Amino acid sequence: MGRRARRRSSGNLWGRALVAGSLGLMLGVTILPATAGAASTPGVTSSTITIGATVPLTGPAAPGYDEIAPAMEAVFSYVNAHGGVDGRKINYTYLDDGYNPANTATLTRKLVLQDNIFADVGPLGTPTQAAVQGFLNSQKVPQLFIESGCNCWSNPKYPLSYGWQPPYTVDGKILGAYIKANFAGKKIGYLSQADEFGQDVVKGLDMEIPASSVVSRQTYDVATLAGPLSNQMAALKAAGAQVVVLATIPAATALSMLPAAVINYFPQYVVDSVGADPPTVGPLLSSFAQKGGGTAAQVAAAAGLLNGVITTAYFAPESDTSNPWVQTEKNILEKYAPSLYAKAGLDGNDQYGVALAYTFVQALQKAGKNLTRQSLVNAINNSGKSLVTPGFVPLSYSSSSHFGFEGEEVLKLESSAPPAVTPTGSWIGGVAVSPVEVTSPGSGPVKKYTGPTSVPPKSLTSNS
Amino acid sequence: MSLFLDYSLNGIANGMIYATLALALVLVYRATKIINFAQGAAGMLTTFIAFSLLSRGVGYWWAFVLVLVIGFAIGAATERILIRPLHGRSELNPVIVTIGLLVVFEGLAGAIYGNASRGFPAAFSQSGLRVGSTTIAFSHFDVFILVAVLILMAGTLVLFRYTAIGLRMRASAFSREIARLLGVRVGILLSLGWGLAGIAGSLAGLLVAPTRSFGPYYMDLILVYGFTAAVIGGLESPVGALLGGLIAGLCISYVGGYLGSGLEPLGALALLMVALMARPEGIFARPAARRV
Amino acid sequence: MEPAALARSLRLPRQPMVRHLLCALAAGAVLYVLTARLNQYNDYQVGEIAAYVVALVGLSLLTGANGQISLGHGAFMAVGAYTMALLMNHTQTNFILELAAATGVAAAAGLVLGLPATRLKGPYLAGMTLLFALAVPSVADKWPNTFGGDQGLTTTVPTAPGSLSPEEWLAQIQIIGALVVMVLVANLLWSRYGRAFRAVRDDEIAASLAGVHVARIKVMAFAISAGCAGLGGALLSLSTGIVNTGEFPLTLSIQLLAAMVLGGTGTLIGMVWGGILLVYMPQWSTSLSSDFNLGTGANAYLATIIFGLVLIVAMIAAPNGIQGGLRWLWAHRPHPGRGGSDAAAPIPISTGK
Repeated sequence: MGRRARRRSSGNLWGRALVAGSLGLMLGVTILPATAGAASTPGVTSSTITIGATVPLTGPAAPGYDEIAPAMEAVFSYVNAHGGVDGRKINYTYLDDGYNPANTATLTRKLVLQDNIFADVGPLGTPTQAAVQGFLNSQKVPQLFIESGCNCWSNPKYPLSYGWQPPYTVDGKILGAYIKANFAGKKIGYLSQADEFGQDVVKGLDMEIPASSVVSRQTYDVATLAGPLSNQMAALKAAGAQVVVLATIPAATALSMLPAAVINYFPQYVVDSVGADPPTVGPLLSSFAQKGGGTAAQVAAAAGLLNGVITTAYFAPESDTSNPWVQTEKNILEKYAPSLYAKAGLDGNDQYGVALAYTFVQALQKAGKNLTRQSLVNAINNSGKSLVTPGFVPLSYSSSSHFGFEGEEVLKLESSAPPAVTPTGSWIGGVAVSPVEVTSPGSGPVKKYTGPTSVPPKSLTSNS
Repeated sequence: MSLFLDYSLNGIANGMIYATLALALVLVYRATKIINFAQGAAGMLTTFIAFSLLSRGVGYWWAFVLVLVIGFAIGAATERILIRPLHGRSELNPVIVTIGLLVVFEGLAGAIYGNASRGFPAAFSQSGLRVGSTTIAFSHFDVFILVAVLILMAGTLVLFRYTAIGLRMRASAFSREIARLLGVRVGILLSLGWGLAGIAGSLAGLLVAPTRSFGPYYMDLILVYGFTAAVIGGLESPVGALLGGLIAGLCISYVGGYLGSGLEPLGALALLMVALMARPEGIFARPAARRV
Repeated sequence: MEPAALARSLRLPRQPMVRHLLCALAAGAVLYVLTARLNQYNDYQVGEIAAYVVALVGLSLLTGANGQISLGHGAFMAVGAYTMALLMNHTQTNFILELAAATGVAAAAGLVLGLPATRLKGPYLAGMTLLFALAVPSVADKWPNTFGGDQGLTTTVPTAPGSLSPEEWLAQIQIIGALVVMVLVANLLWSRYGRAFRAVRDDEIAASLAGVHVARIKVMAFAISAGCAGLGGALLSLSTGIVNTGEFPLTLSIQLLAAMVLGGTGTLIGMVWGGILLVYMPQWSTSLSSDFNLGTGANAYLATIIFGLVLIVAMIAAPNGIQGGLRWLWAHRPHPGRGGSDAAAPIPISTGK
């Protein structure tokens, strides 16, 4: 591979032409179709409403969460099939940000500046949405029902951002109150994710559980979650923790219970709802079965490990098949998201999507025919508490608080309860072991909920 | 004290897994002086194939062996089709090609199997062994992993040191032209080396899956730490791969246990830097002759 | 046809510094007009490209000119981004000084990593940089109170003058940054340091016999390229709006390396192609996959598969990247008085033993 002799060239014209051509190519490549002219309310025409969101569809954060947006789409398809909202059909575009805030920033700008969405509905993630909260508010685009339990979505500085799921601190307080009442005197251990999620759950727990009862506080880092959390579970066992609270994503829940089982350590598990859905966690635990057992043995192994687990729920779990909301969710998914339903059945994730999408539809209906971003936000602030949702408690929206659900019931996974049946197996179901309780993410007490239970409206159940 | 024992046993269990992948990397490196960044992902893909076979009712050990064979085929094919044309070019090219292959494998697994959570059954019981009255943090399955890695390492050592084929492989890696002049079928041996690495990679995938959350990305960190283990041990030494894996596994476990799991990568980096400062070719590599 | 002959044929001045400045000014003028004409979203993307170009130029210097392979440049981007964000959030430092600090701290990190790296050969260096890419973000995760945790540290762009849209203003800042870095690095590569870099890349022993202090040169290359990556990370974080460890996964370092190689290792203009690929490829593959309509799961992963395939094919068929291909076309253009086959070959990017 020797070097050839260099030759001088006198091709001035060619040279300049090629340089100009290259620059022109660069120009041409970077010029994309110009944005469509903005309507008076972006994303709203007389017949359509265009909304969008950024969610993780690929990458390590995708398992489970990639079901939510298609489930939302199913609800919108149902609504569109029944005439839409005030005659407008809902177009939902969701883009994959891979849980990387840099991608979220770019894709959100594409949705707002190029696709002219009316609102960002159901985007997922704390760091991802924190990255675009300022931009969306400055562009006057509502950032609705963010899929994250951070306390940061109710911030007067960002009046167009709204949470939806119970803040993690609420989870912690309700679980903490249950532990204080039912496991008094026992030694408690925590294993929490070392980020805002875990920290907020622990903050809530600490508001209820006396510090002297907590014998060990372990954490794990989700970015470097390489394998079983054996060291953490060994430390909890060594400290003598009889009750272990897990503030973990489903993968980490499994990676905690499995190594604990190896060392014959079976404490009373109390697991945050984020990481406790049996159809999601069960398959991960099924590897505890041995090779020859087949599917039944695997399901049984998972059930064995999950039996007795305490968690919370803010809407009826998928195993509660007699509940009218659960039936409605199942019908919508079966008919309008058949491929999703065939793969995943009804589980915590697609239930979440259906509930969130239905909340948005309700808000649109309350906003009325004269639909603008301001009228939608006003509808949520003024009528948020009267929106009909699958939740056990009404949403808490007002002009001063943008937190969604602030109430849950405590659920116990019991092998005697009716199971949650999905295409992947028959997973352990849960029964309520406490009444529905409400509390704020701040320092107030946990109180029993005394309001009415919501029922799906006739129009939703009659002809889905 | 018992916590230290638990940390140590966990470290050994993880270390064995890193060693398996490290052995695969060593096999490839000895054959072609290339790091196969796609080794972990190839193991992931073959384990997904095993998963498909198992869900269709194929017997566990049949699926196990079949998947090892498939791993061999993928490894050999990769060398023949993708790596052979790159010979003689810059050392950046195979890095990019294997990274591209890693990305393709992950994309394929994601596209075909989706993101859903899955478990993969273990070959043996995952209950801890009983020593006296206590259950220790080492299961029957961990023993199987240990035995499998030792056999793999022994096999690799015997292959390179005591067999004619091993000698020819070492000759081909040293200089292809000279080996060809001596009548060695270089091409076949290169593919063989990669194929054997493919078996090791598939084995790693099968051994890792039961104790992890099984998805398209589950081998990524195993590759990084396995690479670390291989580098610490010396990229040309099977024994080094095993001991490097042990050292890496123990170090990471102690750092994670005593200092917090978030500091594990930093601990591994510190270990690597210390090891390479002491011996830039790896701890168990033979010193290269000085070139003038 | 290498840049020198092209420059001569265009009758550009002979001194490298003046030549590079003129090119930069011309490009700057064109880009200024461009950003004024494009809409906000495209301005944003052009700005992102410029930020990536800064980081890629550093990588091109390290790998192309100096022959050291780094799989960890995403970590240096993180160092630069966090430095700038910390200064922005806790002090009232001038914006330019903040960018300079980001560059400086990242360069210092490059010094720290480059020192042990001098003794390491290719794969061993790759392993160390890979682990570095993993370790640096985990440090930020460990101390969330300092480093912002999940909500990250916010970055703010200085207020735009007049009626300029914020995206256009930011793009111009990022473009200026890219042009400055390209001019400086181009000068460096043309200087005796550049020759020393290439000498060390081609044959360390011969270089040291010729009087080049090999270790010092290698560390210098590492530090400078890390500084570039730090500046690129800081500039990119202005686009994103917050700095959070989720923006610096392992895949970022891999994408940087891939973009550099596809653009043309060792070149500078090639880094512009690399930046364009980084910013536009996800979009192109997403629209391609929605054309095929394979269903959400397969759709989302199609982009990944295409990216991987492009890498593989490019390395086998066109290892010199886009810029290498353009140079080849230029060298083989039809011209009277010269046979096509006699055309000068481009300088080999590396000697590939």
